[in-house]
Amino acid sequence: MDYRLLPFRFHRLDQQTEILVNECGEFVIVPSGTTERVVRKRLTPDEELYGTLIAKHFIYDDYSSPLLDVLAAKYRTKFGFLYGSTKLHIFVVTLRCDHSCHYCQVSRQTVNQTEFDMSEEIATAAVDMMLRSPAKHITLELQGGEPLLAFERIKYIVSIAKSGAKKLHKDLEVVITSNLAFLSDEILDYCKKEKIKLSTSLDGPEFIHNANRPRPGGNSYEVTIEGIERARRALGSSRVAALMTTTQLSLQHPIEIIDEYVRRSFHTIFLRPISPYGFAIKTSHRTGYDTDSFLQFYKTGLDHILELNRKGYSLVEIYSRILLQKILLPEGTGYVDLQSPSGAGLSVLVYNYDGDVYATDESRMLAEMNDHTFRLGNVLKNSRREIFTSPAFVSLLGAACNQSLPGCSDCAFQPYCGSDPIFHHATQRDLLGHRPTSAFCRRNMKVIEHLFHLLRTADSAVQDILWGWATDRNLAEVRASLPQ
Amino acid sequence: MRLHTTGTAVGFKRPIVARVVTGPVPVEERKDTALLIDSLGQDNDLSGYSALIVRNSVTRRVGVPLMHSVRTIDHLSSGHVVALEPMNGFIRTLYRPDSYHNTLFVTERCNSNCLMCSQPPADKDDIAALTERNLRLIDFISPESEYLCITGGEPTLLGDNLLRIVAKLRDKLPMTHVHMLTNGRRFAWQEFTRSFAELKHPSISLGIPLYADDAHLHDYIVQARHAFDQTILGLHELARHEMEIEIRIVLHALSVPRLTRLSEYICRNVTFAHHVSFMGMEHIGHAPRNMQELWIDPADYQSELERAITVLGRFGIEARIYNLQLCVLDPRLWKFSKQAISDWKNVYKPICTDCAVRGRCGGFFQWATEMQSRSIHAIKSA
Repeated sequence: MDYRLLPFRFHRLDQQTEILVNECGEFVIVPSGTTERVVRKRLTPDEELYGTLIAKHFIYDDYSSPLLDVLAAKYRTKFGFLYGSTKLHIFVVTLRCDHSCHYCQVSRQTVNQTEFDMSEEIATAAVDMMLRSPAKHITLELQGGEPLLAFERIKYIVSIAKSGAKKLHKDLEVVITSNLAFLSDEILDYCKKEKIKLSTSLDGPEFIHNANRPRPGGNSYEVTIEGIERARRALGSSRVAALMTTTQLSLQHPIEIIDEYVRRSFHTIFLRPISPYGFAIKTSHRTGYDTDSFLQFYKTGLDHILELNRKGYSLVEIYSRILLQKILLPEGTGYVDLQSPSGAGLSVLVYNYDGDVYATDESRMLAEMNDHTFRLGNVLKNSRREIFTSPAFVSLLGAACNQSLPGCSDCAFQPYCGSDPIFHHATQRDLLGHRPTSAFCRRNMKVIEHLFHLLRTADSAVQDILWGWATDRNLAEVRASLPQ
Repeated sequence: MRLHTTGTAVGFKRPIVARVVTGPVPVEERKDTALLIDSLGQDNDLSGYSALIVRNSVTRRVGVPLMHSVRTIDHLSSGHVVALEPMNGFIRTLYRPDSYHNTLFVTERCNSNCLMCSQPPADKDDIAALTERNLRLIDFISPESEYLCITGGEPTLLGDNLLRIVAKLRDKLPMTHVHMLTNGRRFAWQEFTRSFAELKHPSISLGIPLYADDAHLHDYIVQARHAFDQTILGLHELARHEMEIEIRIVLHALSVPRLTRLSEYICRNVTFAHHVSFMGMEHIGHAPRNMQELWIDPADYQSELERAITVLGRFGIEARIYNLQLCVLDPRLWKFSKQAISDWKNVYKPICTDCAVRGRCGGFFQWATEMQSRSIHAIKSA
């Protein structure tokens, strides 16, 4: 029987195996040479693979309609995260900060320079623009600098955002990203009353954290840990999150960093590579590193995290979870830095203290270094329509879909990966980017390959853990639904 | 458990549906009831009953519809609803208030003809008559009933009559959960699915079979061209209307080899399934005739079943196992076993007498005596 091909891509995993991936991210892992047999129409209907490829929408024949409606439904599901427009709105309430972190992505200002705070006029206009987003669920993230240095302005923004959202029947979630150094009882009471979440930075144990995050007194670690504990007591553990930034120093200590997260009873950790922006570029001799060093850090860390889970401590590695969800689930995942179309502007907008609107926080960093490519407009001068039709945004969109990027368009991992035009602009001075020399490409290819390696070869406990991450269940919960 | 008997019908021409009473009731309570007695005395006042069911022979005229010389009446109790057929003297038990396994049997017709069908379809024009009987039956069912199953044949072949039945269930028995067994093919038609969903029954679920991820194989098993495509499209239409779906998989030599693939398929294409039921094959209907092609000892597919359930469990879809005895199931799978072979079907074998887990086991179908797994044995301790 003759069969025809539906769109799919392929990739060699190792000498013996290759992977075929279709438009919806469904995959089959097969012996080397199979792709060629499939494409050359040498597959026969009595092979098990023949039925599998029909069922997974790789091929169809005269008898089996391609069930294109079903394929379309799956494609729609995969891109469901795009519905509802921009959901995350980041307000840079002030540039002032007491810390002077090497990697800091802003050119921070000292604590008493209030001219770098967002004015009431700008805050009002920014909230108005945020609420014009068609999104039903909106997250307002207040950051800095150190936003708690401008607490009065935060109260103003939250109050007008809440009353505006209520009028428009939108759900509003508020997060303050803070180093917690200025956390007073008054602020905690306020966060509790307003149901505000806190997100902070914890880079690892004391020697790493304090080296990465200098502040007067050299006690950032102590201050952060105390802040985390107080915030947890006041708001509950689920309302306090921590994020880690990986520096050159961190690279040598994956285990210690992870153990610090466990010691502090966190159940998620994000092994994030450093962003090549702001001071991170200026200080690259101190913070920068090559992709392979990061990959080694990631793999060592992931092994350790899996072992902790196996022993009963539930700890999710977020980078892996984002990719596993894309690989294993029918739904897509809208993570700004790893989605296609890129989340810049589509999923996130950043309102700077001076009213300038940027596609991402990284775009704002570039502007701080005098590269204004991704400044989309200003809340006092431009309407939402003008922001989204600005030449800056249109050119960004042109490079936002990995489906049409050179090097991505025929990559098997395209459905799992993203596009990051701003990263490629920053690192390669080219929105489209050059994939063979792209750190973004190399890192994601290797991480995805590693996850497939685990999914193929790891023991059943690891499989259960990885599936649990994708489906948001801990190991015990996954096992409750498995034979035993 | 007996569900029908026969007698001699006298004095009525149309089928009667009535609630059984086993002793005389006041005249004002006799409407829609059938008095069940051993023999007819001289002084019986029979006015107002819908019918009279007498075990012994009755030779005189009684003035109400009569079913006499009934073969056995021991299975009938007060409160049961029965249908009395004038043509052939059948007395069918339609509803038992004390049972969790009541059904509305809606037609013998089907648009599929599965190789292992336990209730082979018959091409009879029975829809109008059965619809009237079922609509009548609904009037007799207590609103406190927990559960009712709609089955056939293929219920969707009723078309508008199915909508009438479900609408009446919604209005009269809103607290009763309705589970309908259907091949789902008709739901590929958007208009029908919309009408069905717009009835807004407060608590209805659909049990829909899927036997393979491979259309060729599924269509062969159900003996109907393009049934797979229709069922898949039907499932998606139903999902669009957020209907609750159970996927049913009968385990036999044709479905077992691709079982894991089928689980993977469900995780990608039928993610909205509430749960997936794996069912041991019933040895009745078409199955015995096709046994050569269908038979596989359940002992020989335990690892496939475990793999298929692992795929679903990791993804997060609940799996259930029906119709497989605990001594046949790998103990790792016991937790998925449900004891729900309809109570009128299940029995235990002599060997089960000494079994420590008999109380948790679904047992056997009454008719499952011919083919039996080599694993059947009494389990010594739980």
